[in-house]
Amino acid sequence: MPAVRTVEAMMLGKLDWSAIPFGQPIPLIAGAVVLVAILAVLIWVVVKGHLPYLWHEWITSVDHKRIGVMYILLASVMLLRGGSDAIMMRIQQAVAYQSQGYLPPEHYNQIFSAHGTIMIFFTAMPFVIGLMNLVVPLQLGVRDVAFPTLNSVGFWLTATGALLVNISLVVGEFARTGWLAFPPLSELSYSPGVGVDYYAWSLQISGVGTLVAGINLVTTVLKLRTKGMNYLRMPMFCWTTLASNLLIVAAFPILTATLAMLLLDRYLGFHFFTNEAGGNVMMFMNLIWAWGHPEVYILVLPAFGIFSEVVSTFSGKALFGYRSMVLATMAICVISFMVWLHHFFTMGAGPDVNAIFGIASMIIAVPTGVKIYNWLFTMYGGRIRFATPMLWAVGFMVTFIIGGLTGVLVAVPPADFMLHNSMFLVAHFHNVIIGGVLFGAFAGFEYWFPKAFGFRLDERWGKRAFWFTFTGFYVTFVPLYVAGMLGMTRRLQHYEVAAWRPWMIVAAFGMAVLTIGVICQIMQLVVSIRNREALRDRTGDPWDGRSLEWATSSPPPVFNFAFHPDVRGEDAYWDMKVAAQQQSLDHTAPEYHDIEMPKNSPTGFVCAFFATIMGFALIWHIWWMVILGGIGAIATFVVFAWRDHDEYVIPAAEVARIDRINLEERRGLVSMAGMI
Amino acid sequence: MSDQTHMPVEHDLAPGEEEQHSVGERITGYVVGLALALLLTATSFFIAGTNLVWQPSIPVALIVLAIAQMGVHLVFFLHITTGPDNTNNVLALAFGLMVVFLVVGGTVWIMGHLNQNMPPMDQIMQMRQ
Repeated sequence: MPAVRTVEAMMLGKLDWSAIPFGQPIPLIAGAVVLVAILAVLIWVVVKGHLPYLWHEWITSVDHKRIGVMYILLASVMLLRGGSDAIMMRIQQAVAYQSQGYLPPEHYNQIFSAHGTIMIFFTAMPFVIGLMNLVVPLQLGVRDVAFPTLNSVGFWLTATGALLVNISLVVGEFARTGWLAFPPLSELSYSPGVGVDYYAWSLQISGVGTLVAGINLVTTVLKLRTKGMNYLRMPMFCWTTLASNLLIVAAFPILTATLAMLLLDRYLGFHFFTNEAGGNVMMFMNLIWAWGHPEVYILVLPAFGIFSEVVSTFSGKALFGYRSMVLATMAICVISFMVWLHHFFTMGAGPDVNAIFGIASMIIAVPTGVKIYNWLFTMYGGRIRFATPMLWAVGFMVTFIIGGLTGVLVAVPPADFMLHNSMFLVAHFHNVIIGGVLFGAFAGFEYWFPKAFGFRLDERWGKRAFWFTFTGFYVTFVPLYVAGMLGMTRRLQHYEVAAWRPWMIVAAFGMAVLTIGVICQIMQLVVSIRNREALRDRTGDPWDGRSLEWATSSPPPVFNFAFHPDVRGEDAYWDMKVAAQQQSLDHTAPEYHDIEMPKNSPTGFVCAFFATIMGFALIWHIWWMVILGGIGAIATFVVFAWRDHDEYVIPAAEVARIDRINLEERRGLVSMAGMI
Repeated sequence: MSDQTHMPVEHDLAPGEEEQHSVGERITGYVVGLALALLLTATSFFIAGTNLVWQPSIPVALIVLAIAQMGVHLVFFLHITTGPDNTNNVLALAFGLMVVFLVVGGTVWIMGHLNQNMPPMDQIMQMRQ
């Protein structure tokens, strides 16, 4: 028998049947439903013969637009997963007064940890990176990002991380440590299970993907711009993309190093963050937040960029204070690295340290305030159209100001001592992340959807989605502010204080309203796809836009632009429209040239396939599989590095054919331009 | 829109890319760099064990030599120059240095303070006496 067990341990590591949670109906049923859904989709895809299409057009695609769409799809699915975790937590806290509620503590702890991890790493990050991928090359007037295949690798590694987190639902368990896995709780002595390993390895793998995306986008903005697109003519979204990706490149290595040290502790008996043998848990706090605070600006800066585009377009005016906006963006980029201690004011630093970091945290509100005023002045005197993206933008301004003010409040160290780890803090950061990042993502989704797919989204359902989400947000999170003031701390599985109960019930009701908002969002998609012929965007410029992405057709051809646009100022496309109207557009046929584009490559998908195997094996200590996965991933790169042909040519005649279709449609539009 | 098929950005070089120099010139550059690096390394080892200089100045001297070493590497091996074609690389280096300075300096300061305010129990007892 012992021999059999050793062989089993070698083959399967820590994995056995006890990893499947047969005793817990909720994850089991949820997992079964998801598995059946995935199987059904797979069978449908294979039976209908869509598999070759998916493989050639999407999975192996190195087109930045396709990769952007896949990022957003991943983010949307993960938003539903993280959202169901949120619903379960709100219901638990509504019922768990003087009782255990319906979720046992170990399950509840996994849920709040998974909620935070999924929402930040696999919803917010892919959503903003997806939008940046989709839009930035178009706004810069170029044909692709700097490293197209690397881009695909980055996406698929992110998907690997998301997959591993979701596997933890049915095989094993997820971390019970909160979304940042603070030691000593996350050390082997207190978390012996595989939960923290699932957490750490999925973040390590997806972190590589994020870093790759960051390098790619920084290089794209710095090195690939069309003629005349100098730095101070770039659309605001390109600037915030640059700032955000500079932060990714600077901050994500800190996360990787920190988690690597935690993993060394757990796997090889190191003592970086343990209680004993000279470990220092405070070092983990310090390092994780040195990444963690820049991270929130990585998320919100692109959202600021989206709002700048939306506010300017729907006010029919150039962005007010463009240069001050650039300066504010870069100021935030730098100051975001000077405030991380405010996440642990209460952990023992003296008044000198706390005061300096408190003041820095208040100062970072100044450039953000500059942005708010710039948006308001952009709207002032404009002819405002309240289309759905503009509603999200206005809703953002109101919500983000409230969240920002509570942020300045907790930036005061003495106040933070009262509010640290309370529900007030939970309400504050949801206020800025939902009001800032999520509203921004939705605004960008509505705004650029026609560009990506060639038809607009249904306005009626869009407005319903906005109002339900907006109201639902306040009904959910204002009670949490109150509960925090009443002394309620975060992450409570149950409580005995009667005064908190009504607020928890209101918050659960708010969650229901928010859920209706999400359903409206899904309905909007369904209705819009059904009515796509009526909503078709034939000109490529559905919103009377100002930047270059609207200068090409919707959806853009694979090469984006038949000619590299010649940029003469800010608001490049607007200037072109005005000029075209004044000069009644030159109708002479332009001379088309062949265009070289990068070939599709399965490198990203294959590499991520092996990374998934390696990650899973590392979590379960299946060493032979780790080696297999590692060799496979490296071999994929070697094969890619030895490729012979990585480009194909689109002949000039084909370019001409595609471009003329759009030019015909666009002629009618010219007469509309410049009517202010 | 004008007819523009090539990628027109202002002239700039990626790290590792080099302007056209003759092979001899490039070899000279690397040899000078190697010689300087070796010289600085040898000096460091020599200073660390010598009695010729005032003892307390040795750590300072080692730091100065280490920074000089980094400078040599940046100029001769990574080809960071002050030329207009190198702006992006210099800015990237400056940004990287700033972040490293903020994170490392901040960490040293913060961790020092945490130790000051949260010493082990026996030290607190000593302080009370």
